[in-house]
Amino acid sequence: MAEPLIELKEIYKVYQMGEEEVRANDGVTMTILRGEFVAIVGKSGSGKSTLMNIIGALDVPSDGEYLLGGADVGSMSDNQLAQIRNKMIGFIFQQYNLLPRLNLLENVELPLLYSGAGTEERKERAMASLERVGLAEKWKNLPNQLSGGQQQRVSIARALAGNPSLILADEPTGALDSKTSRDVLDFLKELNDEGNTIVMITHDSTIALEARRVIRVHDGKINFDGDVNEYSAIL
Amino acid sequence: MNILQSFKMALKSIWGNKMRSFLTMLGIIIGVASVIILVSLVNGQMSYMKDSFTSMGTNQMTVRLTNLTTRYADVDDMYQFYNDNRDLFSHMTPSVSVSATLKYGTESLEDTTVTGVSEEYLDMKDQTLNAGRFISYSDIASRQKVCVVGYYVAWKLYGSVDNAIDKTIKMNGSAYRIVGVISRQDEDELEAGGTDDILYLPYSSAAKMNNTARISNYVFATSDTDYTAKAKESLETFLMGIYKDDSLFRVTAMSEMLESLDSMISMMSMVLGGIAGISLLVAGVGVMNIMLVSVTERTREIGIRKALGAKKINIMQQFVIEAAVTSSLGGVVGIVVGSVATTIVGAAIGITATPTPGAVIVSFSVSVGIGLLFGYMPASRAANLSPIDALRSE
Repeated sequence: MAEPLIELKEIYKVYQMGEEEVRANDGVTMTILRGEFVAIVGKSGSGKSTLMNIIGALDVPSDGEYLLGGADVGSMSDNQLAQIRNKMIGFIFQQYNLLPRLNLLENVELPLLYSGAGTEERKERAMASLERVGLAEKWKNLPNQLSGGQQQRVSIARALAGNPSLILADEPTGALDSKTSRDVLDFLKELNDEGNTIVMITHDSTIALEARRVIRVHDGKINFDGDVNEYSAIL
Repeated sequence: MNILQSFKMALKSIWGNKMRSFLTMLGIIIGVASVIILVSLVNGQMSYMKDSFTSMGTNQMTVRLTNLTTRYADVDDMYQFYNDNRDLFSHMTPSVSVSATLKYGTESLEDTTVTGVSEEYLDMKDQTLNAGRFISYSDIASRQKVCVVGYYVAWKLYGSVDNAIDKTIKMNGSAYRIVGVISRQDEDELEAGGTDDILYLPYSSAAKMNNTARISNYVFATSDTDYTAKAKESLETFLMGIYKDDSLFRVTAMSEMLESLDSMISMMSMVLGGIAGISLLVAGVGVMNIMLVSVTERTREIGIRKALGAKKINIMQQFVIEAAVTSSLGGVVGIVVGSVATTIVGAAIGITATPTPGAVIVSFSVSVGIGLLFGYMPASRAANLSPIDALRSE
């Protein structure tokens, strides 16, 4: 059996909204193994975004333990978190989040820039990554010269460039039409087949069905965790 | 990520926002240029003044006496003192200013500096003769009506130096014979009232023309500029012995005036430079303002960078370097603008003004410093943004 990559134990995230205390995560425990393709599904306000922020090392839990590849991320400093994001996680965002003034190559190079790779290595790996998503010949273009689907592929290339342990996709098809969505999802599956661990956050159950395992979040708690076939059965 | 990449990134961002970057720089450009222009012009003007003082002779001191009927020093007393102190003094001359109109034929000169002097005057002023001879001791003793004229006088009234020798010139009605012509002093221009529009006559004749029995002005030259203080002291002791009151005489050493002029120059430069420096400060606030706007505008970019692994220090570095590059680019342009403007303005008002290295170095480092200082606050605001909030911003 594969070793665990993500281990969440009794994760709480509590926000103070004026007088009221909001429990965005209310005791979440789960384990994701290396090589899995997991969809975290939930309605808006269910706490899935908070969960993604914690998994993505963008935020730390109020309480609980989070181990990523064995390292205790829950108690890390800002700089250590930045390093975890840089080395271990590749982000794919709904809005692509490419920097508009940088060309594709420079965009894909960004995580490598912050990891301290040399100029040659950076260029080589970023180019290989662009090649992987089929946009190598457009490396000089600016993001706004590309279609939405192409931009999302660039952001996937950027996520892959640092060779991360985990690919974290936040509503990766949210801004795309159904055909390009299909392409992106197929591409994610392909990456998973090659052994990449993928966690995809979505509000859309039909998108969640593309994963191999589904975790459903409701009111800050997990109310379903199982194989995609079991999930489609309860829909 | 190294510094070089941060510089590249800064230049890219400045270039991407050309208009705004230029307007931000404009404040720095104006500030730096005005520091350079003001300091350089003051220095130019002051060194011009200093040069004219120096050309009068830094080893010289002038003595001005107020003679009373009961307490006075006459020419013989002064010569006695001079001869007793030849170790300190190399030259001495009475100096009698005469206000006179010069005439030859139908031509006349009104601005000529006419001075009664002794035979030592020529050596003392380091001037040479173009033709003829200078005033001699016997001219003085017998109050001869002879004179030595400057190049301008000879050229203006007689057409040439050779024509002027042995001609007569009328001064306030009396005729004087020209025995010599001084070599041209100012190679650039000959003008009325200039350094070549001069006439020397024996001090005895000049005193007679002025109807003064006792001469009240003398010029001493020390044999070495190191003796200035000592020579001045011995002159004052001597005069105090005669007048018993230090308000009746005044000894002024050129080198002392030069020193006070020097301190005045640096004072003026600092004051004016400081005033111009205030505009640099205002420019700095402008840089901070724009950087704050830039941080707000680029919150999302900061979020993305942080999500991709940028540490606080990376973001900090990016914004500080951007501010520093903006203001130092402004500084460089300001130095160029200031230097060109200095030369143009200097030429327009007729002084040789060149940008001083000091002003250039100070204003450049101040502009870089301003970038670092005023860039720090916006940069630390950017660095401390939470990646989640930053990513969520539109």
